[in-house]
Amino acid sequence: MSFLEVKNLEVSFNLHSKSLKALQNISFNLERGERLGIVGESGAGKSVAAFAILNLISRPGKITAGEVLLDGEDLSKLSSQEMRKIRGNKVSMIFQDPMMTLNPVFTIGAQMIECLKAHRKISKSNATKIAIQKLKQVQIPSPEMRMNQYPHELSGGMKQRIIIAIALLMDPALIIADEPTTALDVTIQAEIMELLLDLCESNNVALILITHDLGVVSQVTQKTIVMYAGRIIEQGPTNEIINDAQHPYTQGLINALPQQTLPGEKLNQIRGSMPSLQDIPSGCSFNPRCDFVLDLCTQKRPEFTQSGGCSVACHMVKAMKDAEKGHSAHE
Amino acid sequence: MRDDIITTTKIPSLWRRFKDSYLWHSLKKDKVAFASFSVFILFVSVAILAPVLAPFDPYDPSSIDIMDSELPPVWQEDSEAKFLLGTDAQGRDLLSTILYGMRTSLLIGICAVLLQCFLGVVVGLSAGYFGGRIDSFLMRIADIQLSFSTLMVAIVVLAVFQASFGAELYSKLALFMLILVIGFAEWPQYARTVRASVLAEKHKEYVDAARIMGFNNSRIMLGHILPNTLSPLLVISTVQIANAIISEASLSFLGLGMPVSQPSLGSLISSGFEYIFSGSWWITAIPGLVLVVLVMVMNLLGDWLRDVLNPKLYKD
Repeated sequence: MSFLEVKNLEVSFNLHSKSLKALQNISFNLERGERLGIVGESGAGKSVAAFAILNLISRPGKITAGEVLLDGEDLSKLSSQEMRKIRGNKVSMIFQDPMMTLNPVFTIGAQMIECLKAHRKISKSNATKIAIQKLKQVQIPSPEMRMNQYPHELSGGMKQRIIIAIALLMDPALIIADEPTTALDVTIQAEIMELLLDLCESNNVALILITHDLGVVSQVTQKTIVMYAGRIIEQGPTNEIINDAQHPYTQGLINALPQQTLPGEKLNQIRGSMPSLQDIPSGCSFNPRCDFVLDLCTQKRPEFTQSGGCSVACHMVKAMKDAEKGHSAHE
Repeated sequence: MRDDIITTTKIPSLWRRFKDSYLWHSLKKDKVAFASFSVFILFVSVAILAPVLAPFDPYDPSSIDIMDSELPPVWQEDSEAKFLLGTDAQGRDLLSTILYGMRTSLLIGICAVLLQCFLGVVVGLSAGYFGGRIDSFLMRIADIQLSFSTLMVAIVVLAVFQASFGAELYSKLALFMLILVIGFAEWPQYARTVRASVLAEKHKEYVDAARIMGFNNSRIMLGHILPNTLSPLLVISTVQIANAIISEASLSFLGLGMPVSQPSLGSLISSGFEYIFSGSWWITAIPGLVLVVLVMVMNLLGDWLRDVLNPKLYKD
């Protein structure tokens, strides 16, 4: 049994008596200490997936089907009180914007100590010691001084380090990082990612990294999930996905990286944009933007096809695989 | 690196932090605010110290001599030196009565606002945080409450109370009744302000972060969101205390406030009103002036506080 198993997770938002499915059929496994990347355009449902794992979807949304098994315990069926014991304790989360994630009216120390005291019976001086130790782990200079500072006194990179320290406070087994470096400037992004990677490796923490930066995914994660319009369209080992993407959408994402273009040339892009949840096209939801669209694509939703270590939901890939099989059988 | 050698840097004392704060700096810089602040502090301290400072005890009938009634202030003819600001129609020393009256007025103002604040924060915080039906229900109640004017509610309640339980019991309970009535009549102001700030705050990521740390709702509401809504609360509190003092004065003027034996500023003004045409202007005018200054000073302070606490309004 895996450490985290997500099975057929479905999340719907009820709007004006219409139910919109923000996530459908999300399934994946994660082992202890393993790192998983979730990539996709804005609106693909990456963040909703993260919140759904923590059972934190707020109204009008709710988990309508599926299970999230953490060590065999279904998080989507826990009472809110039991769930609170898991959050921050076993699973913690890092957000996109470090400017907003810390409460502006409390000192760093007060926020860290509050978190520790909420989960453990611990004296204030012990909590302070643990907090300072964690600040040292994330390489904050003069941590004792930072404890008495307010968030506005620190730089963005520093704040994100502190947020990572807070996420590590209770020694969680899983950290979900929702675009942890998007709001930081490029030089600091690499530092923070490296720090996060180091900490996860040394503490054997599993990581779910949500991002739209394929470069980061390739450096940090072992497995990758590509999402489009609330569904997984391709998943498998990161190096296979990066080096030999099967789904036209994943190929498009990789071609869109600036490194793939010669100087002076136009950047590649995937034409069109993600459909809104209200009018997802029939068949494969990517079909209006796909360069390889077949008749079948507009009629039938593709099932997962195994291709190497990856599973891909694409009719064309399936057709190619079938042709290959037929070919080899012929010989 | 050894983890056991941890020295915590010393937190500067509260007073030191206050003296170094921007709040104090901007108060010193702003002449109007500083003057208002000084006057306010002066008023509050003389009100608190009234029993020590006042030359007479206006609550003690034995110290009052009816023969001393309607003596003018010292700078006028026919005055007596021991009554600095003259006496009222019953022969009470006006200065002492004003000091005691200010004490009563401030007490009613502050307690009524604390009550408003408590009710308003509870309602506004729950309405904003939970949203949906709870929000609609609570805010409709607030709307209904707001559609009755404070004075109307107060007049009806106090008049009914006085009529049904008699004036004697009323005069004993007047202080509590005024606090209750003014407190209940004005809570929607707080509820609306708090709700608006909560709606803005609850979508910020620190609230999500707090939920992810596994905190429960009441802790997030009281410990995380409420402290972030304090600045508008402080600002309306200054205005509301001034308003409450005025409401109390109006009610007393209408004969529904503090009894003549324990005068507030309002009942003092009202008791002198009958004598204004017989030439004893000071009984009304001097407490009236004190009331005006007190309320104006609080409003000016509120203005300053709003500018300081809202950095988007910075003026050079």
